[in-house]
Amino acid sequence: MSAPLLEVRDLRVEFPTRRGTLVAVDGVSFAIAPGEVLGVVGESGAGKSLTGMAIIGLLEPPGRIAAGEIRLEGERIDGLPPERMRRIRGRHIGAIFQDPLTSLNPLYTVGDQLVETILTHLDVDKAQARSRALKLLAEVGIPAPEGRIDHYPHQFSGGMRQRVVIALALAAEPRLIIADEPTTALDVSIQAQIIALLKRLARDHGVAVMLITHDMGVIAETADRVAVMYAGRLAELGPVREVIHEPRHPYTAGLMGSIPRIGALQRHARLVQIDGAMPRLNAIPPGCAFNPRCPKRFARCTAERPELLTVGNARASCWLYAAERR
Amino acid sequence: MSAEHGPLVRLLRVGRDFDVSRPWLNRVLEGAPRQLLRAVEDVSFEVAKGETLALVGESGCGKSTVARLIVGLYALSRGRVEFDGMDLAAPGTDAPALRRRMQMIFQDPYASLNPRWRVRDIVAEPIRVLGLAATAEAERERVTGLLRQVGLAPEDGEKYPHEFSGGQRQRISIARALSGNPEFLVCDEPTSALDVSVQAQILNLMTDLQERLGLTYLFISHNLAVVSHIADRVGVMYLGRVVELAEAERLFAAPRHPYTRMLMDAIPDLQMTGKARTPVAGEVPNPLAPPSGCAFHPRCPHANDRCRAERPALLGPATGAVACHAVEEKRI
Repeated sequence: MSAPLLEVRDLRVEFPTRRGTLVAVDGVSFAIAPGEVLGVVGESGAGKSLTGMAIIGLLEPPGRIAAGEIRLEGERIDGLPPERMRRIRGRHIGAIFQDPLTSLNPLYTVGDQLVETILTHLDVDKAQARSRALKLLAEVGIPAPEGRIDHYPHQFSGGMRQRVVIALALAAEPRLIIADEPTTALDVSIQAQIIALLKRLARDHGVAVMLITHDMGVIAETADRVAVMYAGRLAELGPVREVIHEPRHPYTAGLMGSIPRIGALQRHARLVQIDGAMPRLNAIPPGCAFNPRCPKRFARCTAERPELLTVGNARASCWLYAAERR
Repeated sequence: MSAEHGPLVRLLRVGRDFDVSRPWLNRVLEGAPRQLLRAVEDVSFEVAKGETLALVGESGCGKSTVARLIVGLYALSRGRVEFDGMDLAAPGTDAPALRRRMQMIFQDPYASLNPRWRVRDIVAEPIRVLGLAATAEAERERVTGLLRQVGLAPEDGEKYPHEFSGGQRQRISIARALSGNPEFLVCDEPTSALDVSVQAQILNLMTDLQERLGLTYLFISHNLAVVSHIADRVGVMYLGRVVELAEAERLFAAPRHPYTRMLMDAIPDLQMTGKARTPVAGEVPNPLAPPSGCAFHPRCPHANDRCRAERPALLGPATGAVACHAVEEKRI
């Protein structure tokens, strides 16, 4: 694997509140190589979106990075002054969010928005910017871009809008794209188109993609590696094939089993069920955060927080894989 | 009179239009025409007692409208809905009495529960309205039993909805739906707002309740995998019409309508078999200007001149019917 483009080490995101500090992301480390798609999966409240927001420097106050470091091409980007971070965000990191309608300005045509982004970050004149905007729209699969470039966002359908957002994210030739639930608001048939597009872009442009989603199916199809988050912590990190076919962490195993699949089960057969719910941030149990729900819990799990242990090609934070079990 | 062996619910050529015209003044001044959106058109199916029929389709296909038409949240524009052999709209029918035997569960457990009421009161409301408990003591007992039945603790009755997670709220919605002793539950995307592990809990709960109480479900979803898990029969809707209606096993083993095939192909492959997924080009057309003939023809790889001109009818028995010229002509 080549040198990582993005490196996150021991990231900790905190929310100070009147009733004490909530730790929303706790000791998360991972790296993404150029051209690689890292899937980040987890349930609502697992901290996956906050991890993405921390990387692009868009944490909403009072949320803050309390510890750890984030490096883009070797340079630290956490804790930069807002103005410098703004430049990096536009130029080197592109962002795609769930709802394409709120990511676009309804008062400007998509062409204006693309041209503005290109002019801000690249050294080109207006005519060149417009021809680049046309090229981008064509690349993300908008038919007849000459006819669509002067349209407003509301004139596009949901799937087409998400393509425009992707074109915007690509406008300044970023090295990293953070896509937070990019297909969640779309219908399945459109979802497949957007996934195929993201995958092709990562491959063709050598862009590193951090794909945040709750949908294991999207991860299975798109990601090279996957990070599974639970209660703000990394539960498991490994090649997507291994994590899906041979989940190591009991949480990942439960998560995989709870996904209904066509033809996999007898109809009306019970799905694997993880009882209970993910703990709230103010009530994370000591030891492993998953231990109250874990079918394989033993003494050490309730006492000591597991670290990421290497299992095969993957890593899981679970004491089952410690050399000595106390 | 109740039909002992007939279907519990029967839809006959049901249709619903929505008036989406510009305001009256604009129409007068600008000469803009009246515009009708045909949300549901010519939908017929039956749901047998104890059966789960699922309706699937993409956003805007009319599946939720059908659900609302059945429970009476929308009025019918055309056609007829029968419950237990009786026409709900006929003058002699005691429609409110029939409607008591059906309940609905909604998608968003955050919006469908009154935030100012305690869970106990939310669950007890149908009991009070329908007069199902003679005394306060009987009501209390019944609510406690309902909460237990859906996997909540009796003490949870004293709490407010905001104290619960999404999955638990959906349990409360289910308890409320069950409190009026319904026979028929219309579930409109009951798990789409939930995380997968919670979704599994709710689907398991719904399956258990069906077995225990002999419920009949109409299950609306956009998620084919969920539907394959819970449904006995499946209706696939596209642009307001049912394009395929078949037994679940048959539909998922051998989908016949090109749109059903497309939907199946579009599901991300969790097995990672590496089978090439062919993303379908195109999107759902504007329902205000539906395509001529078969509404799916602009996206269909098998479309010919007949498909562009003539609308296919849903042909075949209730165990496997499809509305497609290509299938009828044995071209595919």
